[in-house]
Amino acid sequence: MPREDNYILDMQDITKIFPGVKANDNVNLSIKGGEIHALVGENGAGKTTLMNVLYGLYEPDGGQIFYEGNEVDLDGPEDAIKLGIGMVHQHFMLVEPLTVTENIVLGSEPRSGLMLDQKTAQKDVKEISEKYGLFVDPEAKIQDISVGMQQRVEIIKTLYRGAELLIFDEPTAVLTPQEIDELFDIFKSLKEQGKTIIFITHKLKEVKTISDRITVLRSGKSIDTVNTEDVTKEDVAELMVGRQVLLEVEKTEANPGEEIFKIENLNVNDNRELPAVKDISLSVKKGEILGIAGVEGNGQSELIEAITGLRKIKSGKFELRGKDITNFNAREIKREKVAHIPEDRQKRGLIMDFDLKENIILGYHDLEPFSRNGIMQYDNIAQYTEDLIEKYDVRGGGMESQAKNLSGGNQQKLIVAREFSHDPEFLIASQPTRGVDVGSIEFIHNQIIDRRDDGAGVLLVSAELSEVLSLSDRIAVIFEGEIVDVLKASETDERELGKLMTGSQAEAGGESNE
Amino acid sequence: MNKYSDKIKSVLTDLGLSLLSIIVALIVGTLFIYLTDKSPLDAYSALYIGAFGSFRAIVNTLWRSTPLILTGLAVALPFRAGLFNIGAEGQLLMGGFTAGIVGFYFTSLPTIIHLPFAIIAGMFVAGLWGGLPGVLKAKLDVHEVIATIMLNYIAMALTINYGINLFKETGRPATPRIMKSAAMFNFNNMNKYPFLKDLPLSDLFSQPAIRLHLNFFLAVIAAVILWYLLFKTTLGYELRAVGFNPDGAEYGGIKASKSIITVMFISGAVAGLAGVGEVLGTHFSFMQGMDAGYGFTGIAVALIGQTHPIGVILGGLLFGALAQGGLEMQFSGIPSEIVMLIQALVIFFVAALQVFKVYLAKRKAKGGVE
Ligand SMILES: Nc1ncnc2c1ncn2[C@@H]1O[C@H](COP(=O)(O)OP(=O)(O)OP(=O)(O)O)[C@@H](O)[C@H]1O
Ligand SMILES: [Mg+2]
Repeated sequence: MPREDNYILDMQDITKIFPGVKANDNVNLSIKGGEIHALVGENGAGKTTLMNVLYGLYEPDGGQIFYEGNEVDLDGPEDAIKLGIGMVHQHFMLVEPLTVTENIVLGSEPRSGLMLDQKTAQKDVKEISEKYGLFVDPEAKIQDISVGMQQRVEIIKTLYRGAELLIFDEPTAVLTPQEIDELFDIFKSLKEQGKTIIFITHKLKEVKTISDRITVLRSGKSIDTVNTEDVTKEDVAELMVGRQVLLEVEKTEANPGEEIFKIENLNVNDNRELPAVKDISLSVKKGEILGIAGVEGNGQSELIEAITGLRKIKSGKFELRGKDITNFNAREIKREKVAHIPEDRQKRGLIMDFDLKENIILGYHDLEPFSRNGIMQYDNIAQYTEDLIEKYDVRGGGMESQAKNLSGGNQQKLIVAREFSHDPEFLIASQPTRGVDVGSIEFIHNQIIDRRDDGAGVLLVSAELSEVLSLSDRIAVIFEGEIVDVLKASETDERELGKLMTGSQAEAGGESNE
Repeated sequence: MNKYSDKIKSVLTDLGLSLLSIIVALIVGTLFIYLTDKSPLDAYSALYIGAFGSFRAIVNTLWRSTPLILTGLAVALPFRAGLFNIGAEGQLLMGGFTAGIVGFYFTSLPTIIHLPFAIIAGMFVAGLWGGLPGVLKAKLDVHEVIATIMLNYIAMALTINYGINLFKETGRPATPRIMKSAAMFNFNNMNKYPFLKDLPLSDLFSQPAIRLHLNFFLAVIAAVILWYLLFKTTLGYELRAVGFNPDGAEYGGIKASKSIITVMFISGAVAGLAGVGEVLGTHFSFMQGMDAGYGFTGIAVALIGQTHPIGVILGGLLFGALAQGGLEMQFSGIPSEIVMLIQALVIFFVAALQVFKVYLAKRKAKGGVE
């Protein structure tokens, strides 16, 4: 029996076991109709697994699910959709060459004869999008629209199939701050229309802003469900981690030394051969963190790929310790003691089918002691992996399990562990804490600052303004491929940066680059 | 928790799935055998006896599986690096032809030099033949499937149409017979050697129509070497990284172009060894038709072996058994078309199984990652 009448959903004693891991261990989750419910917990706590059970993707090994008072048995997403459960995955499942409308109606198309009834489809889409304030361009192709709009397409898609309960797995991880605000407006209007929302996030600020109640998972178990208004961010963090967490970065004043890395008049094109990086010049000193602030898609990705040897440049040059490394390839740049945390961990940072020990040496695999005379030294690698897994607290399966079986945040920690372990003198970190839990963010931030204090130069790119602001010593603002200003972090704030990032010239002029 | 138990489990499931597809193929095959008024039971027992029923049957099954293991390896290795080598057929022809020429041209070399020379020359030329599409792919981004198919046709023209024609005077569609000094050791001749004839099995091996020769052992050694290469060496690590995720490999400083060229050269050489063995061990000259589609059957062998070098040995043995046992089936009155059909069914169900596996993996991944 469901435990209370006003619960639209009651999951009782859900257990899900993967080989060697109890991902969910007698988890309880009850959701009231019409609420916004945040599901939080450390990386690998079992949040995604629980939601996949609810969406019918995984068969639980134990427990019961009650939906609208009846026990249900979900054999696949079709069953969940029929009940009115919709899910917006973190990695969108859209067909790139099709239009927004086509994607939304795909699988349950209105037809006229054998053909897609474009008119009805477009009318339906328009209706939903107006009702909930979900702005989309119905005729644009998916490949041409922003991530935020793709997410709205996914939301409309679930609503089109009649979803009453919507699940969002880390919906804000890939969004810009503005897009996050827009998403929360959508949440509110969904709630006004009587929909129920479960969402997963690692950002406690978001939990406080938007949710009504919070359920905390830790190591596969449900720890507590609380009313949002009764708790502080610190309380939630402590529930998640089981100890007190520093939510603010503590760092001492930078002590910059000589210049370690310099970019001069760099021009880079994007995949469509349009200019993405326009005549950028920057310099990073030893012992300082230079942050790059900007709305995603303003050339940051191309800039980083260029200086890590992963993208051809059009003109310009860059130097490391005064040495011209413009034409170095990725391997040669790595060998100069440059570490790189890439923005897309699944595409670049990991070989998802490799196991942990093979991943943790990627890029260093041909060096001693991992390889000797062309033969892999797997005993040494195993020892090394064991040490790093422990030091960086990578959880969820031993060194023989594939990277794809790790939770998102643990995948990120694996990359961080690898890149920080070769005494980098210049560290390039793109979205270093995306999808990482509060405890691990603290840890990664401290690691970055330690590297800085050891005298390494750090170039940090993050979509998280608060991260750029709290970690960086200096901040370069990028807009449409150009550096519009370079400011001292201590002399600016989110408002000023926000303005610069969107192209409105700020009144305040910071110090210039040179 | 035992860290190896998961691995062993997954290997066993793979093996189980392969076995399942063979069983399904045989069951479907019974339907066709019924059409011929023969009893499927008789037919399959003929198949079994033909392949495993006697010492001679078993040994000749090994013999028939030899070129299939090698072409299977030549497909499996590039597959692991994300490449589809359709060109084993052409590489086999080039290797066999070269070995055939070297085998008859040098008349006064001792075996100890002549045989290794012929083997290495054949493998080297075939390696170049495989490496060429690798270079085209790495440097000019020409798709390897297109390139290898074209090179198959060119190899056929060069060796069979043009090459054999040079030796018209032999009176048969073949190159001249190779010298004795270039022939591979045949187990049938065991009792002609002073030391070997005292070995326990030498009598059994001396019965007539035993065809097993040295190349079977070279094929097994090749499989073991490739296994080592793939899973124990740095080169193998890089190949697999490129195969799984080229972007990730590039990030890791791995040069895909180098991996592609190397892997295609090696697999060309391995396919070449299949041809070399047919020429130096089975036919003693390069003949028209000796390739018998081994290069294409190799694709099925690689798939049924889960593109794992050791699995490929098993896959090669299976197809060798089907070929050897198929003969016995024909003797028992089943038309050869049905025999071929059953072999085709096995290939079909193995391929279907691959699709099924991809589907399973996708379904798992859908939930598994974030
Ligand atoms: N398909 C799978 N096979 C094996 N183990 C898995 C699989 N999916 C998840 N796990 C394991 O189950 C545990 C819970 O993973 P889950 O993805 O639910 O975590 P999460 O709470 O969503 O974490 P994150 O915040 O990092 O996304 C982890 O230890 C993970 O390694
Ligand atoms: Mg997750």
